Amino acid sequence: MTFLFVKDLQVSFQTEDGLVRAVDGVTFDLEKGKTLAIVGESGSGKSVTSQAIMGLHTGRGVKISGEINLDGTDLVAASDSTLRSMRGNSMAMIFQDPFASLHPFYRIGNQLVEAVTAHRKVSKKEARAEALRMLNKVGIPNAEQRIDDYPHQLSGGMRQRVMIAMALINGPELLIADEPTTALDVTVQAQILELLAELQAEFNTAIILITHDLGIVADMADEIVVMYGGRIVERAGLNELFYQPQMPYTVGLLSSVPRLDSVGNRMLSIGGQPPSLISLPSGCVFHPRCSAMNAGIEERCKSERPDLRDVGEGHMIRCHLDDQERTAFATKRLAEVFIGE
Amino acid sequence: MTAYVTRRLLTGVLILVLLSMVVFLVFNALPADPAALTCGKSCNPQVIAANRIRLGLDQPLYLQYWEFVRAIFVGRTYGSGSATFECSAPCLGYSFRKGEEVTPLILKALPVTLWLSMGAFILWLVPGVLLGIYASRRRGRWQEKVTLGAALVGYSFPSFFIGLLFLFFIVIRWQLLPYPNYVSPFEDPVQFLQTMILPWLTLALVFMAFYVRLTRNQLLETYSEDYIRTARAKGLSEGTVIRKHALRAGLTPIVTAAGLDLAGLLGGAIIIESIFSLPGVGKLAISAVVDADLAVITATVLLAGTFIVIANIVVDLLYAVIDPRVRLT
Amino acid sequence: MSNQEILKVDNLQKSFPVSKGVLFKKQVGSINAVNGINLTVNQGETLGLVGESGCGKSTAGRVILRLLEPTAGSVIFEGQDITKMSRHDLVPLRSRMQMIFQDPFSSLNPRHTVGSIISAPYAVQGIKPQGGVKSAVQETMERVGLNPEHYNRYPNEFSGGQRQRIGIARAVTLKPKFIVCDEPVSALDVSIQAQVINLLQDLQDEFGIAYLFVAHDLSVVRQISNRVAVMYLGHIVEQASREDLYSHPHHPYTHALLSAVPVPDPKLEAQRERIVLQGDLPSSINLPSGCVFHTRCWKATDKCRTDIPELLELAPGHLVACHYPIMESLGSAKIAGPNSGFVEQPDHVVQPPSEVLQNLQSGHATRPKGIDYAEGEEPF
Repeated sequence: MTFLFVKDLQVSFQTEDGLVRAVDGVTFDLEKGKTLAIVGESGSGKSVTSQAIMGLHTGRGVKISGEINLDGTDLVAASDSTLRSMRGNSMAMIFQDPFASLHPFYRIGNQLVEAVTAHRKVSKKEARAEALRMLNKVGIPNAEQRIDDYPHQLSGGMRQRVMIAMALINGPELLIADEPTTALDVTVQAQILELLAELQAEFNTAIILITHDLGIVADMADEIVVMYGGRIVERAGLNELFYQPQMPYTVGLLSSVPRLDSVGNRMLSIGGQPPSLISLPSGCVFHPRCSAMNAGIEERCKSERPDLRDVGEGHMIRCHLDDQERTAFATKRLAEVFIGE
Repeated sequence: MTAYVTRRLLTGVLILVLLSMVVFLVFNALPADPAALTCGKSCNPQVIAANRIRLGLDQPLYLQYWEFVRAIFVGRTYGSGSATFECSAPCLGYSFRKGEEVTPLILKALPVTLWLSMGAFILWLVPGVLLGIYASRRRGRWQEKVTLGAALVGYSFPSFFIGLLFLFFIVIRWQLLPYPNYVSPFEDPVQFLQTMILPWLTLALVFMAFYVRLTRNQLLETYSEDYIRTARAKGLSEGTVIRKHALRAGLTPIVTAAGLDLAGLLGGAIIIESIFSLPGVGKLAISAVVDADLAVITATVLLAGTFIVIANIVVDLLYAVIDPRVRLT
Repeated sequence: MSNQEILKVDNLQKSFPVSKGVLFKKQVGSINAVNGINLTVNQGETLGLVGESGCGKSTAGRVILRLLEPTAGSVIFEGQDITKMSRHDLVPLRSRMQMIFQDPFSSLNPRHTVGSIISAPYAVQGIKPQGGVKSAVQETMERVGLNPEHYNRYPNEFSGGQRQRIGIARAVTLKPKFIVCDEPVSALDVSIQAQVINLLQDLQDEFGIAYLFVAHDLSVVRQISNRVAVMYLGHIVEQASREDLYSHPHHPYTHALLSAVPVPDPKLEAQRERIVLQGDLPSSINLPSGCVFHTRCWKATDKCRTDIPELLELAPGHLVACHYPIMESLGSAKIAGPNSGFVEQPDHVVQPPSEVLQNLQSGHATRPKGIDYAEGEEPF
């Protein structure tokens, strides 16, 4: 049952340097209780997409078009007050840097209470009891005392747990986690991911997980969307993406990421840099860095923008190469990584 | 905390001691003879000599200073024989020109300055901060430019210019208000208000600009912080986000500036009090300088210094209240 | 590559005092960042120094270069004890020992051009290369993958990866023999990390530079290091060659670290038993007694609370500081888990995705012809 439906989302910003097309035609859907991972690097548009869903793009010069449908409500067309009543209520978000995302001047208990009273008519006392309950649920030891602590008195992992508590306190149906563990140590990261999985199982929350860490994706995701230059370049289920990657960029990512199971001594890398969103390359956005491109297809890649097409079992990619060439490239790259030259 | 306050108070006292010593040295190093300055037209060398002895001016400088300090705590006896008079503690000196002890002079002038300062303070702080919030919300648009520009106009004119303009047009030309004549608000509230409104407005216009700009800049900085994004993601109204989250975060420099500005005013808004004939500490100070009345000058300088020292301590304590990360050491 | 040592660190300690007091400050405690570590780095080799935040690895890197003064211990660089040298005598050494910093956005002065940043070492050392400083700098720029014509540009005109290359250029331009790399790729995009790591390896091969590679990312460290040391709360708990550490770790903390690293292989991730450490990192002001890891170790006994374990050589070149090191071979043994149950020994010799291998060996499965979205077919 599709719970969240995004169709042809476009987000652009008018800046002093020109028009920034941050998101250009993104389409995906998500079911309740499932996790969708959005993978991409800086400038891929993944954070902008999630903030567009939450309606957090204020300020002038922002243009959002397309459709975002959350359980029947169209979020693009919705009024400010509708969006505000949904934020922190039926849809919630946690951010990357827990050190900076909690207000440094207020006790965490008060910040939690604020999240409750913004959406429910309860007394301060009841709200505080709710906050205590949530803190215990996310595994904060000595919650009775710690509820009156200030953020700077907590460790990074604790703060992220508080953020999770704050996001889930009103029982949202959609949780967007934007790089939730990037700023945390790896052992703490393991704890937080475990917590998210537990809470998802308990509340049947749909989770959008935004990350660049393919390891976390392998751990948590049911479906994956790979973004590059503001566009979706590949979309697949979990096993499909990791074991049968199709898009040269995805293959490049899987083979150039430092990983514990690689064999080669030298890392394969994707040459060049992520594109500037003001002056995107023409045709296929990835073509300046694509090493699967050959002389025959080059012209087409440079001029014609590839459409999203299905290569079987719901696996979508955006690439001009035909199946043979693509799989040959993928095979060659992955062999180098896992078998050695 | 108590350790911190104790240390600050001790430092503060030290500063005041140094301040008073400097004042003493400066005035006593003047080529003019302090004793000769004590009498007016009917001066002759005998009177001067007599006064010198009465006021203890024939003693070495350090002794004079010591007497002065002692008098603050236990009072002092001037002169000898039949011409003695007592100056009860806290004795800040004796003004021969005015024929009064300095302490009551100050006590009479202080309320006026207090009313002036507090009124102006509220008038510049509240609209200043509100306009700053308004300007920060209209980033890049004409409303922002107009607000900042108007504030800048007020900031660039010297206070006496605006004060005189007000006097000229509102009191003299258009006769909208009577000539300022100070009475205590408990005596005649209407006349009090009529007297104070123009000096309040003058000071407010001059100071407000700074706060409009400061508030706007602080808010613009905090708007881009991650915790503001979190607040919005929680579904809080924009007003709450600005008031509770953004403003509170940017409050510290505003509090500092406000505290120090207020303290400066409390020491006597000399120019404004003179223009509007308000019998406050500032007016007292300036006439003492003109008269070369050492006792009064020393006292007003010390008073101003005390206000500044206390304001600094209070402002630092407020830091810790506003920002719980600050640990006072 | 000779096995001669270029750097030897002996019982290095660094602590930062914490003081309180009314008028006169008194030291009441200290933040014990580095608590007696011994390291050696061989010429032309990379020693990886791995650990989580608060373990003291970044502080150690800085103290080794004497950017911070050590509280105790010695650092012997090319035979000389640099901890005893005066600041003045250190200056010429700086051409031989350098540092690359973590954040490419804040470690470059935004008001200096790229050319002046990279040519600064020449000015400081008073070296005038043949052909002039500018051409030497441009040669270095080309070597690290920057366009030499960008000599007069400012750092904010470059991307993160390029800025890191500028920092690397500055560090290698005088061809030093030893560089401390403090998390050089953590702030970079994933696809750029590989480029920079390859560059560092190429420079090492060409100039024979030894690296002390400080990082928290175990996968990255595995790529570039010859030997690896694991730090926890200012102590080295395990040290071994790369192969040994990743396939036969002995210290419980190393096990926990390795089991926490997610691998991009869904089937493996689903099977893996993760050791989740309980509790928080203890404060470095109040270090735990005995073995510093005992508060979070699931194998801790009374002995661990009282006796500090020594760093002992359990196998050639493999040092471990633990009273009960995990010696069982991998795959079959069970080790005691955190909740006093037993967990399968996690297999840290992570196998490449068997699925991928299958596909590769059998020939990549061909796929049916795709559906063209543009032709109006519904994708869902």
